[in-house]
Amino acid sequence: MYIAVKGGEQAIAASLQLLASARRGDDAVPELGADQLREQLRLGVDRVMAEASLYDPDLAALALKQARGDTIEAVFLLRAYRTTLPRLGFSVPVDTTRMRVKRRVSGIFKDVPGGQLLGPSFDYTQRLLDFELARPGVAVKPVLRAAFEADPNAPLCSPIDALAAQGLIEPCVPSAGDPEPPDITRDPPAHPMPRSARLQMLARADEGWVLGMGYSTQRGYAYTHPFAGEIRHGAVPLEIVPDELGFAIEIGEIELTDCQMVNQFAGSATQPPQFTRGQGLVFGHGERKAMAMSLVDRVMRADEFDEQVTSPAQDSEFVLSHGDNVEASGFVQHLKLPHYVTFESELQLVRALREERLP
Amino acid sequence: MNGYNFAYLDEGTKRMIRRALLKAVAIPGHQVPFGSREMPLAYGWGTGGIQVTAAVIGQADVLKVIDQGSDETTNAVNIRRFFARTTESRTTERTADATIIQTRHRIPERPLTEAQILVYQVPQPEPLFKLEARRRETLKLHAFAEYGLMNVKLYEDIAQWGRIDTAYDYPVLVHGRHVMSPSPIPSFDNPKMHRMPALQLFGAGREKRLYAVPPYTDVKSLDFEDHPFRIEPQGHACELCGCTTSYLDEVLTDEGATLWSCSDADHCREQQEKRE
Repeated sequence: MYIAVKGGEQAIAASLQLLASARRGDDAVPELGADQLREQLRLGVDRVMAEASLYDPDLAALALKQARGDTIEAVFLLRAYRTTLPRLGFSVPVDTTRMRVKRRVSGIFKDVPGGQLLGPSFDYTQRLLDFELARPGVAVKPVLRAAFEADPNAPLCSPIDALAAQGLIEPCVPSAGDPEPPDITRDPPAHPMPRSARLQMLARADEGWVLGMGYSTQRGYAYTHPFAGEIRHGAVPLEIVPDELGFAIEIGEIELTDCQMVNQFAGSATQPPQFTRGQGLVFGHGERKAMAMSLVDRVMRADEFDEQVTSPAQDSEFVLSHGDNVEASGFVQHLKLPHYVTFESELQLVRALREERLP
Repeated sequence: MNGYNFAYLDEGTKRMIRRALLKAVAIPGHQVPFGSREMPLAYGWGTGGIQVTAAVIGQADVLKVIDQGSDETTNAVNIRRFFARTTESRTTERTADATIIQTRHRIPERPLTEAQILVYQVPQPEPLFKLEARRRETLKLHAFAEYGLMNVKLYEDIAQWGRIDTAYDYPVLVHGRHVMSPSPIPSFDNPKMHRMPALQLFGAGREKRLYAVPPYTDVKSLDFEDHPFRIEPQGHACELCGCTTSYLDEVLTDEGATLWSCSDADHCREQQEKRE
């Protein structure tokens, strides 16, 4: 009997073998190690960690290798692993003033306390293809690391702190009552979401989606009048407070990119005008994502500032429900599954309607 | 399976899902939010059904998985393999032998019993989503049983087409209270849900919602007095078993002909055995 999509087990086994072979490619070319990806394709590894909500460069690199370089598939692999991990506890909120910065720039002042540190950046590369890189074995010049890094022991204040001290920008404080934030990986979403949940959703949302949404706010679909208050990237200590001890101990470091956007001032009869904030924070080195996130965060705060909701990026239910690339990728691609039963019922309906209409 | 708990999910997660299911059973047809976990299967490919099955399956259970009525479609095979790997439970292709049947897009032809649970994979649990996309609004519509939008939609269908232009995922009213999506089963299958002796559980993983129809609950396909719900006969008999009452697949053969055959593979086998 001929049935196109039946005959499952063997077909799946054969497909898995073909996948393994395609992943390896031409075996005359040396195989990539996950450690090579971790070191040499680090921004890809960072993006996988950010969108998978799991900070583990080795596993993210492995996922990227297993996924043949497909970022979203690698995110999916890492999330499916993450979901099996026990929840041991919560960290103390990370303090980005304690960041050992590799890079820190501000667009609102010419110079800032602690200095502007360009660090490793594509920004001034001129984007000329470097054909030297096509030949292996070209040595990289040694870098004088100390010259780039600020004093790691002193907190690095933000240029925004000075504005805050003068009341020129809204203070950065927890929501009223400092409620425990929902855990978006455990609690089903209930719209409208509090800002703490929105920021979680945005931090793991697809970079392209958040970028497009942020961009739309710069083109007149909601406007936030943004200035890059500060963008910093580097390692921050992670601390937990074990019940047995009652005080914080450091358990390691994670690399983060933090963007503080200074936005459109707001004021009212009772409140003198002051600038407002948008926040972006992502795992690893992800400036594009952090900046776009800070724009979207700000436009989603319309209710706090009595702003009209007129544009797609302000519609938090729309933006947040469709930014998860693992969900989106799965559902778009589930159209590959057989739908012949539902299609048959639709076919019957169209045939019946045509019979009634045709002379 | 080494390194994983029985049926993949940890016991805490299973308990959370079972609590949500109990609430769902208590309020037939009402969508209960639950902490849907990320599964090692893509969203839209049965993550909700798998979580429900994982939460209710035990070692004595016998699992059957169908997609489009068939045990042999690749996704059904994959989900059955998943549970075979992560549980000690037996699997079967025989409807009569199964204690749990996970399904996508069909209800088996063979009447189910009180000893069975039917688990539906649901892509979109919100029956009103084409009429009102904002879930914060649909929540209120359900709370007030405000289903005017749906009635107008059905009326407009009749005005435009002379009939309701929904051939699958045809909305139902459960226990006289909640309008519910039966999942994308053909409307042919809708009457099977009415007062079914088996417990019917529905899982939507991506949308993070569960719902249920307890045994012997009224499930009515929405209609009007002067335009009652009806099933259109397909006008063919199964060419393999001769059955005239089952839902048929229209299969295009290599020769360019059309072969009509039962979509429910196990039902077709049973009918063929009866004939022999």
